[in-house]
Amino acid sequence: MKPESFIPLLLALMLSPLLPGVINRTKALFAGRRGPPLLQIYFDLWKLLHKGAVYSRTTTWIFRAGPMLGLAAVLTAAMLVPLGNFPALIAFPADFLLFAGLLGLMRFFTVLAALDTGSSFEGMGASREVFFSALAEPALLVALATLARQAGSYSLSTLLGQVAGGHWLHLGPVLALVMIALMIVLLAENARIPVDDPNTHLELTMIHEVMVLDHGGPDFAFIVYGAALKLWLLAALVVGMVVPATGAPGLDLALVMGGMFAVAVVVGVVESVMARLRLAMVPQLLVGAGALAAAAFLLGLK
Amino acid sequence: MMTGASSLLRNGDVVASAEIPCVSLADFREQVLQACEGGARIATLFGRLADAGRVRLFAVLANDAEGQLALWSTEVVDGYPALTPACIQAHWFEREIAEQWGIRPEGHPWLKPIRFHRSYREGHDAWGRSAETPIQPGVTDFFKMTGDEVHEVAVGPVHAGIIEPGHFRFQCHGEHVYHLEISLGYQHRGVERALVGGPNKRTIPYLETLAGDTTIGHALAYCEAIEALAGCQVPARAQALRAIALELERLANHTGDLGALANDIGYLPTASYCGRIRGDFLNLTALICGNRFGRGLIRPGGVLFDLDEARHKQLEERLAEAHKDVTNAVELLWDTSSVRARFENAGPVSREMAVELGLVGVVARASGLGHDVRSQFPSGIYRFAQIPVSSYHTGSVFARAYVRWMEIQRSIAFVFDQLKALPDGPVRSEVGALAADSAVVSLTEGWRGEICHTALTDAHGRLAHYKIVDPSFHNWMGLALALRNQQISDFPLCNKSFNLSYCGHDL
Repeated sequence: MKPESFIPLLLALMLSPLLPGVINRTKALFAGRRGPPLLQIYFDLWKLLHKGAVYSRTTTWIFRAGPMLGLAAVLTAAMLVPLGNFPALIAFPADFLLFAGLLGLMRFFTVLAALDTGSSFEGMGASREVFFSALAEPALLVALATLARQAGSYSLSTLLGQVAGGHWLHLGPVLALVMIALMIVLLAENARIPVDDPNTHLELTMIHEVMVLDHGGPDFAFIVYGAALKLWLLAALVVGMVVPATGAPGLDLALVMGGMFAVAVVVGVVESVMARLRLAMVPQLLVGAGALAAAAFLLGLK
Repeated sequence: MMTGASSLLRNGDVVASAEIPCVSLADFREQVLQACEGGARIATLFGRLADAGRVRLFAVLANDAEGQLALWSTEVVDGYPALTPACIQAHWFEREIAEQWGIRPEGHPWLKPIRFHRSYREGHDAWGRSAETPIQPGVTDFFKMTGDEVHEVAVGPVHAGIIEPGHFRFQCHGEHVYHLEISLGYQHRGVERALVGGPNKRTIPYLETLAGDTTIGHALAYCEAIEALAGCQVPARAQALRAIALELERLANHTGDLGALANDIGYLPTASYCGRIRGDFLNLTALICGNRFGRGLIRPGGVLFDLDEARHKQLEERLAEAHKDVTNAVELLWDTSSVRARFENAGPVSREMAVELGLVGVVARASGLGHDVRSQFPSGIYRFAQIPVSSYHTGSVFARAYVRWMEIQRSIAFVFDQLKALPDGPVRSEVGALAADSAVVSLTEGWRGEICHTALTDAHGRLAHYKIVDPSFHNWMGLALALRNQQISDFPLCNKSFNLSYCGHDL
């Protein structure tokens, strides 16, 4: 275990709440507002951690365990994802399957906790989340499998670096398709427009937010932090595909951080220039992402 | 008792109470049903305590083609054959009558309270509830669907946003909505009854806060009723200022609605800009009278605030500025395909349904109807300055949004015209005593639609009965039906495209 392999994990733990801040500032810019402080999510986390939690009498231990297990799952996933040229803490062949599985596990506990409340809103949100992620997950897996095949390596830490290092020149179209698929997955998995609207207060239209309505205090802090981490990790996959290693660690770090914030800005721009899709259209978008990934896989078979 | 022709009135005509035809129940039914078949609408249908414990029912039928109102009445004791089975638009009125007077419209298909208060006639309750039975809002029967996969979603009366209380119950299969039932009444304050015995110092504040976003609309409908009863001529300058205020109210609300529609679909630019521009329009009203909602502006006899030279100029300049901003913000909506994809085909209300339910205002015009009080029953300055009726044919969320946009443009043009040719002279005239034993029907096109006030005076010229119909009263059922076979996630969008008033309904 090299010392620099701690860097991706540490940066994820420390800086992930900054990404939603960047998104919000980008959106504010488009809306002609000043927007919340960049560090707002940190303030929110601090505030939530100092609050007590209220539990409905109809809920069981599942409801309380949900946020904790969800956060644990995504923390574990964070150990598997490299950041640019810095390898992940843990790397082994086919670790991208574990990565996808851990994201699934996180969702599983969130959904269980939501169902445990017995609220019709949360049930509705859980049903939507499960349906949509069942479509987003194949897209993610096929996209990663395409990359793995092209790189000839089955560990996230090596395959991303290899792709970024030399495959864009002769595999441009394949990688571009994969990247689009991954961006769609990123938007869907993180409850962003066009799939979900993180700002809405309308329970009937929410997907992710409605599942966590009943959580408060530290539990909700775990959920918010977990969501920020998830956004960070998926952004790291996208960035990892494009930012090549320069050999100079300082420059590498600057490039990859610039890439991460660029992804956040892109998400913010997407949210600013388009409306959310009608819920019934979301599966088409996600299946589309899956189709793009599959096309990339086939294109790369030659 | 007269049995001959009905009183044919125009908007704001005064009729002596004795001349209101009081016909037999059978004739009354016949007249209402025939008129509705012939294309008239029920503008209002209400009861009022008559002699010997009887209740006199009044119906005002609006014939849009002729611009005439027909007034009929009859007397009933405890029940009568309901109009609703033959004339659906009566259904909400008949529920109101049943609740207020303990009269059973026999054969009403879904007779439930609408505001959850006790009957005004002691000892008479349409549902046979005793005086001890507590009456709580929302505690009543609801439609039910059964089946393993069917589920019920209940929303409200406490909502996540800062909005008024109302209870919505959806019968769903997954995302698919089979039926939505809306239960209101949480904001019932008893305004109509509080107005009886007036006009007094409280009357105008009651009317101005009846539905806070329609301050001008309701105050204007009331003042025109009072002026008609008093035979008072309002100076031309005051009439123009009133119309300007009414259109500014429309501008502010339509702009706010378009922003809110954009917000509901997560379309940021229009949402945030329209939120601000709505404030700009409200500030124009404040420029005239010092209150953003126009409170204190309209009083019987005219207006309390004149527009001096400096503010006149400022109003024109700021309106031009707001016009530019609102055009930029709203046209983004029509130019963005993802927005149109959300608006088009969502929450459709067919023309036939709009006619049957007796819908009014923006909602009716978006379903291809041409109802607009300013055009068919004009009063005040609208008799001389016409505004084109804005309508669209698809009945969807898009149509309701687009009609708002057309009205914004036309209202701005109208206000500019009025400002250019603002008549000189006083802004208020003296209001004398009200005609005794008389009745008047006053219609105003508020920003939501037709506001109908009916005033009856007693032998001393005091208000003996005052009936208010906010456009929301007609339109809530339209929202319920627009949701059928839609996705439940589209409810907030459809709801916003109607943007009905809870307190205007609950009174």
